[in-house]
Amino acid sequence: MNFYRRLVALSLALFSFLPLVTDAQAQPENLIDTIKKRGKLQVGFASFVPWAMRDKQGNWVGFEIDVSNKLAQDLGVRLELIPTAWDAIIPSLIAGKFDVIIGGLTITPQRQEQVDFTLPYSTSGQGIAASKQLATNLKWPEGYNSPHVTFACRRGVAGCKTVEEKWPKATLRQFDDDAIAFQEVINGKAHAVISSEPTPSFFVIRNSDKLFKPTNENIVNTFEGFGLRKGNPAGLAGFNDWINKNQAWLKQRHQYWFRTQDWAGLVPSI
Amino acid sequence: MREPVPARQPPQAPPTVWHRSAGWDVFQFVILVVFLLSLAFHGATQMGYQWKWDRVPRYLWRVIDGEWVWGPLLKGLWVTVDLAWKSTLLALVLGALAAWMRQAPSHLGRAIAWIYIELIRNTPLLVQILVCYFILAPTLDLNREVTGVFCLAMYEGAFAAEIMRGALKAVPKGQSEAALSLGMSLHITQQDIIWPQALPLMLPPLAGVLVNLVKHSAIVSVIAIFDLTTQARTIIADTFMAFEIWLTTALLYLSITLCLSWGVGHVEKLFHRPKW
Repeated sequence: MNFYRRLVALSLALFSFLPLVTDAQAQPENLIDTIKKRGKLQVGFASFVPWAMRDKQGNWVGFEIDVSNKLAQDLGVRLELIPTAWDAIIPSLIAGKFDVIIGGLTITPQRQEQVDFTLPYSTSGQGIAASKQLATNLKWPEGYNSPHVTFACRRGVAGCKTVEEKWPKATLRQFDDDAIAFQEVINGKAHAVISSEPTPSFFVIRNSDKLFKPTNENIVNTFEGFGLRKGNPAGLAGFNDWINKNQAWLKQRHQYWFRTQDWAGLVPSI
Repeated sequence: MREPVPARQPPQAPPTVWHRSAGWDVFQFVILVVFLLSLAFHGATQMGYQWKWDRVPRYLWRVIDGEWVWGPLLKGLWVTVDLAWKSTLLALVLGALAAWMRQAPSHLGRAIAWIYIELIRNTPLLVQILVCYFILAPTLDLNREVTGVFCLAMYEGAFAAEIMRGALKAVPKGQSEAALSLGMSLHITQQDIIWPQALPLMLPPLAGVLVNLVKHSAIVSVIAIFDLTTQARTIIADTFMAFEIWLTTALLYLSITLCLSWGVGHVEKLFHRPKW
């Protein structure tokens, strides 16, 4: 080969390794500092009544929205809400699409392996709504543990794991959101649906001819925390600090959104 | 005496011929592969993501107590293949029917076919499946598998119909005129003259329709049929290994579609293109 060809060949060979050379490991940063420097707090969440939902004007309202707003205010930054599909919320956090998940993320051991949780800032429970057409004659709870029984749930919620653990023989069908999971039961295609309270109670009240509650207690009581990427102790400490300082406010807000229907006028009636 | 004819010029030296050396081609290929791999590796490490490829094979197969058990991904693959072949047959039938009706003498037939094609082609498949399953299926009491097959077939059938219609129109009009003037019935004309000439023309685009059908079958995961995409999403919701599982799923879909493309390419070779 002549000289010029050799030169081109050599530079191509070096160029092909270029991406590896520019590989610089990201330094672990204090999340709070990053947020303050950016001037924006990016929060990931999903639509879940009454944690976060759209009001009549199309703005986001709900318990989580109140929490995110106050957190951004206290940090002195703007708030950017990033609604995400619920089953993609943890991968999106890990991929860096937002700083923190404030969306009723139940603390579970499986999730602990992937994300760091703050102290719990709210509690909730999981409830079941069953189909009057299919499930009236089923004994609670043993009758539901049969291959002929179909449960519906929203993919990614902690309730799906609960069904797998408590009723292992039943068939579990997972859907993209609560509305179609409940519609499945209303249409008589599934025996029961599991979701976080107060959603099952809401649906039973609204569809009392098709749905009923097999039991008035919560199946499982759960705690929710903020979800953060692993390896950020300073950020975790900062958020824990904030939660501790605002316990009373959080309780009052939780009471408003979950125990009363005072906000019902804000959202389109479903 | 005439001047002696001057001797012919000796032939010129031929211009330098650049031979393509095989080594240079191999070198270019190696460089491209190294560049792409280093780019992928760089992206993968920069993310700070913990890749857990060793936890993926258990979702493909497991050996429990000496017994071979298919994992959820391969079970889902089987459901997808099952769904795909049933939808394909129905789609081809619907497509042929609609293509025929669009050039039928009957005005009503043309109208029905036109409405079907335009309505189904121009609305999203996701919306069609949700409407079919949550609104139509309860009234007709259909289960989710039947709804899934039917919706997919309707959707791809609309595209197949236009492809088939194009291929039928591409057969010269003289063929059908000659056949009819020779006294062949409409049925024989279509079966022995028109369609055999149209089939090689419609096969390459129909391969695309079939591949699209397999890819669009992923959408039936919204009505919770346990197909490959549903299983993948469930595994990801449980284990959060989004990237590993999605890459594996993409490879599995690729394996189906590559087999389909190869199969249709083989069938194309069987139909030698008519030469005119």
